[in-house]
Amino acid sequence: MRLHLTRFAAIVFAAIVGAHALAAVTPGEALDARLKALESELRCLVCQNQTLAESNAPLAEDLRKEVREQALAGKSDDEIRAYLVARYGDFVLYKPPVEPVTYLLWFGPFVLLVAGALIWWTLLRRRAQMPRETLPMTDDDVARARQLLEE
Amino acid sequence: MTTTSTLSAPRAKKRSVLRWSLPLAVFAIIVAFLFVGLFRDPREVPSPLIGKSAPAFSLPKLHEPQQMLGNADMRGQVWLLNVWASWCVSCRVEHPLLVDLAKANVVPVIGLNYKDKRDEGLAWLTERGDPYKASIVDADGRVGIDFGVYGVPETFVIDKAGVIRYKQIGPITAEALNDRILPLVRELQKS
Repeated sequence: MRLHLTRFAAIVFAAIVGAHALAAVTPGEALDARLKALESELRCLVCQNQTLAESNAPLAEDLRKEVREQALAGKSDDEIRAYLVARYGDFVLYKPPVEPVTYLLWFGPFVLLVAGALIWWTLLRRRAQMPRETLPMTDDDVARARQLLEE
Repeated sequence: MTTTSTLSAPRAKKRSVLRWSLPLAVFAIIVAFLFVGLFRDPREVPSPLIGKSAPAFSLPKLHEPQQMLGNADMRGQVWLLNVWASWCVSCRVEHPLLVDLAKANVVPVIGLNYKDKRDEGLAWLTERGDPYKASIVDADGRVGIDFGVYGVPETFVIDKAGVIRYKQIGPITAEALNDRILPLVRELQKS
């Protein structure tokens, strides 16, 4: 009886795992959504400001077909991206990889932000250090101010 | 009653120099970037395949569909792979140059007939002259994708070992042919 239970459990387990593996690569809404997300971050080479998902160019159609076939064959998103990058270069990715050539692109804005903050901070500090009274007042000035106030 | 703080003269001078030279330097860098960008064609995407082995292919010939042609058949010689189609308008622009090149017999050119109809492709060659040692048929564009083709015509220079050395995106011009492609072909043929 115990043996049967273990066996039954093993079968159920295998069925769940199997179904899960199958579910990942069967056509349907889940796959459509996954491909839509993937294709939305890939650039169409023909009309360069459109994504693979939204382009009607014949090449984009072919590439969508290719991407779908590869997904159905069980390839991961990363593998599909690598496939396209090997052929068309990093340009197909709307999100370029972080590597020495793209450091300026990725980190440049933050460098500018920090530089701006530093400049702002030093300016504020310098202003704080400046003596309040910078214009010497003569007795005449004081008399004039008093006169103006009284008016 | 005079408590004005004054900076020492050299420091103040240094600061005033910095005040105009720093923004000017930043401005100059931006102008330099934009200026270079002005003369670059965003449609020319550098191919990651240059310096790598040409993708493996084996496709039926256009004229003799029962015969296949693949990378192995071209091994040991420098050759050009020209992607063309009868529906491709700019292919007509470069075609006379290819016909001349074929007459000069400098380098074999293989045509990759990309996503075309067989009879239309054949008619196109009959009408305009056939500069190709052979044309091979890539009906579904699969080999085109492997070569990273995205705008027909495209031309690849492939060396004796089967490595892609140069890619021309768009029609071959007389300038590109004489200044870049032919010198490269001659150099590769020597080695």
